[in-house]
Amino acid sequence: MLTSIIFLPLLAALGILFIPANFKFVIRCLALLATLLTMLLAVVLFLNFETGLPGYQFVQQIAWVKSLGISYHVGVDGINVGLVLMGAIVAFAAACVSHDITTQEKEFYVLLLVMTGGILGAFASLDLFFFYFFHELALVPTFIMIGLWGRGENKNYATFQITMYLSVGALIALIGLLALYLQSGANTFDIVKLTEHVKANPLRASTQNLVFPLLMFGFGILVSLWPFHTWAPLGYGAAPTATAMLHAGVLKKFGLYGLIRIALPLMPQGAQQWLPVLAWLCLGNIVYCGWVAMRQRDLNFLIGNSSVAHVGFCFLGIASVTLIGVTGAVVVMIAHGFLAALSFALSGYLRQQAGTLEIKEFGGLLQKLPFIGAVMVMAMMAGCGLPGFANFAGEILVLFGAWKATTFQSAQWFVVAAAWGGLIIGAIYMLRAVRNILHGPISEKWAALQDVSNGWRRLPFALLLVSLVLFGVWPRLLTAKIEPSVKPIVKMATPVQSPATKSVASVVGE
Amino acid sequence: MILEIAVLVSGLGVLLIDLWTPADGKRALGYGAAAAVALILAYSFKLDATAAQFAFGQSYVLDGLALFFKRFFLLAAVVVLVMSVDFADRIQTGISEFYALVLFALAGMMFAASANDFTLLFVSLELITITFYVLNSFQRNQQRSLEAGVKYLILGALSSAFLVYGIALVYGTSGTFQFSELAGNITAVSQKPIFLLGMILIVAGLGFKIAAFPFQMWAPDVYQGSPAPATAFLAVGSKAAGFVLLLRLLFGVAPEIARHWKPLLIGISAVTILYGNLCAIPQRNLKRLLGYSSIANAGYLLLGIAAVSASGAAAILYYLSGYLFTTLAGFMVIAVALRQVEGEDVTALAGLGRRSPLLAAAMTLAMVSLAGVPPLAGFFGKFLLLKAAVQQGATQPAFYWLVAVAIFGVVVSFYYYFGVIRAIYWSNDASQAAPISIALPMRVALWFCIAGMFYLGLFPDAVLGFVEQAVKSLRV
Repeated sequence: MLTSIIFLPLLAALGILFIPANFKFVIRCLALLATLLTMLLAVVLFLNFETGLPGYQFVQQIAWVKSLGISYHVGVDGINVGLVLMGAIVAFAAACVSHDITTQEKEFYVLLLVMTGGILGAFASLDLFFFYFFHELALVPTFIMIGLWGRGENKNYATFQITMYLSVGALIALIGLLALYLQSGANTFDIVKLTEHVKANPLRASTQNLVFPLLMFGFGILVSLWPFHTWAPLGYGAAPTATAMLHAGVLKKFGLYGLIRIALPLMPQGAQQWLPVLAWLCLGNIVYCGWVAMRQRDLNFLIGNSSVAHVGFCFLGIASVTLIGVTGAVVVMIAHGFLAALSFALSGYLRQQAGTLEIKEFGGLLQKLPFIGAVMVMAMMAGCGLPGFANFAGEILVLFGAWKATTFQSAQWFVVAAAWGGLIIGAIYMLRAVRNILHGPISEKWAALQDVSNGWRRLPFALLLVSLVLFGVWPRLLTAKIEPSVKPIVKMATPVQSPATKSVASVVGE
Repeated sequence: MILEIAVLVSGLGVLLIDLWTPADGKRALGYGAAAAVALILAYSFKLDATAAQFAFGQSYVLDGLALFFKRFFLLAAVVVLVMSVDFADRIQTGISEFYALVLFALAGMMFAASANDFTLLFVSLELITITFYVLNSFQRNQQRSLEAGVKYLILGALSSAFLVYGIALVYGTSGTFQFSELAGNITAVSQKPIFLLGMILIVAGLGFKIAAFPFQMWAPDVYQGSPAPATAFLAVGSKAAGFVLLLRLLFGVAPEIARHWKPLLIGISAVTILYGNLCAIPQRNLKRLLGYSSIANAGYLLLGIAAVSASGAAAILYYLSGYLFTTLAGFMVIAVALRQVEGEDVTALAGLGRRSPLLAAAMTLAMVSLAGVPPLAGFFGKFLLLKAAVQQGATQPAFYWLVAVAIFGVVVSFYYYFGVIRAIYWSNDASQAAPISIALPMRVALWFCIAGMFYLGLFPDAVLGFVEQAVKSLRV
């Protein structure tokens, strides 16, 4: 099941390679069909997932390199089943909105499908090697797509910057993973076996303190952790719509997933040492990047910065290492995936129609674009953290989790207050954008704007919005699955503290 | 021994048959030579080298490592010969000699793989180097080709001088030419500074062959000027010959000294990576670019040498196997696609995607593999090399810095490798639009290289097992 979810897009990409480039319609249909099937399979997977069972489901394992202990091992638990579903839905939506690509369609769809397969593979992998392998498989098409189909005058610089940052981040993480593999002495890349091995023979504290930051910063750069976030708004601003949707929505979550799945349970002591740093840095995301978003004049930069701000909540949830906080982080990952994809799809549509994304050029667009406008209002509301959207469920859990956190005990009130303040900043720029773009008098030059005409073109927007609302009003659909899987991770990541150190810490706190 | 004799006999055979072949039939002799080498390659799989076999009073050894590299060189030679036939229209006279020289160079490489003695090491390296003096300047009417030949001659002679001087010092202090004997009393002789000086000079001589810093200057010029098949063989065969000798010497004979030299090796590796990658950025000539890329790749391979471990040696062998398919594919595309173009500029690739999808795909895959992107061979090779280096980091933190440099190099290399891909598909100023026809054997060779890149990237298990078996003959 999982294997077909991963390899369906890859096989479709291979198939498209053998279709002559002028059969554009066939190529697009094949891409749509492949992503649609993938999405349907992912939905079936999600529905058939048995909530609450320990361990992994839909597991498949094939030995690959025996001497190094690498195997193709896929499976889902409560954490990644939602991510796979989200990735597949976003991929289909991204393929749907790609009709704005009018040059070299064949190459574009090949890259898009490779990226999709890589993303889903990365989330489904239970083997460190394949985990990295699939991520890299998805990452390189991202650079190529931005470099070749990108937009705006800053395209080349954006491509350069995103390539540098993400390659460096990925390679730092690779070194961390290699060090983990070598230091554990288990001679296996298998995450399940590695976790069991480490449970019995923990890594030395000095090793953990060295390797954990490699993973934290390596993965952190991939998720635009402040202050390594500058590539994100620029890159997404220049990227073609589908690429921005897939990267900001899905691929970026790889780093967070890696932190939860690998860094936390395998290196608890390293985590204790470094998570306070992460907690402070994520405030940079939430507050600083929110502040930056407030000053943006370009809608894409605003969305890009707000997306950077939102992942700050994921970091905060992870840094809290509490059951509620980490669960919340996973919910935010999924919710933000839908939201970021939806936002970039909207801004992509607007750019295609209007040719610009300067916020102050717009105004009153709701009159001309009732459907797009309405969806945009809802997306912005979701971005503010309005109850009823999945983001709210996740963010509130993260805040609760952070309040009970022991990792940054002395400062948790400050961290929580700052994060809460970040929410207000979010509300300010989101609402202001809604007012400036959608309300007020409309300029004459927008008389020719056209709304999304038919149901087929509306489908991607509707799909993403429905997912946001569904998981917003019924978050238990996610949390019930996530919580039992997060529990053992949090348990492994929380060291048994001796009473003495605990009391010292609480004294400092007072 | 039988393999080398067969190669030499086919080389002489080509020269002899040439006498009775009419001028227009000479070109096809290359296919005969390629077929003969392919047969020898097939026969090599009947040989068994689980226990080392010696000849010529222990100066020649046939063990797992030697057999691995012999197959490697034979495989490379088959492709290079096929490529030479395609290239023959650009060589005015003496195409049969070109084939014969490739075969003689091949024999030299195969002897180098089996060298167990400083005399055989020197003789085999000279056999390789001297044939390449001729091969590199084979396009006698072109100034660039002659320049390449002369440059290689001067620097090659210099490196031979280093080598001979080093060998003399080593012999003077240890009293033996033989590797096995030397390995026996290495702890005693490695106390003598003169012996260490000799070893350093020998390693420097080998450094020329692999184009490691500071002996890399010749590579870009020679790569640029030489005929494409000669460059390809130089890039793959000569480099691998240098590495097999380094492995034999540092890992087989004197691992104690190599361990002692780790800081030096780390330094050379780091500077080589930086030099190759940074200098490749502004290059516009494709062959020159690949010349710098080959320096960078030598740097990555030196990661494995610096690690002085069995996993490092295995990683080198694996990386070289991937490098064989990748580099040969790249040079084949250059040889075919830039047939009518003067001066192999990157922009000459414009429109290749429409003119010949196969060539465009092969070049793209070669660049992607060199950049180390999954799922191609280069990725798994780099993965193994990095793993070997990180493994040493636990005892020697300097390896972490080396790894950091390697990462920087990989990121930089994305720029120029993807620049080539960009030129293939996304530049509009295509000067020519005519489809390119490719001869059938060349087509087969291209598909073979593509398959090799994918196979090594997707199914590493078999070759890795083979490689790990091969490095068991070393002492690390």
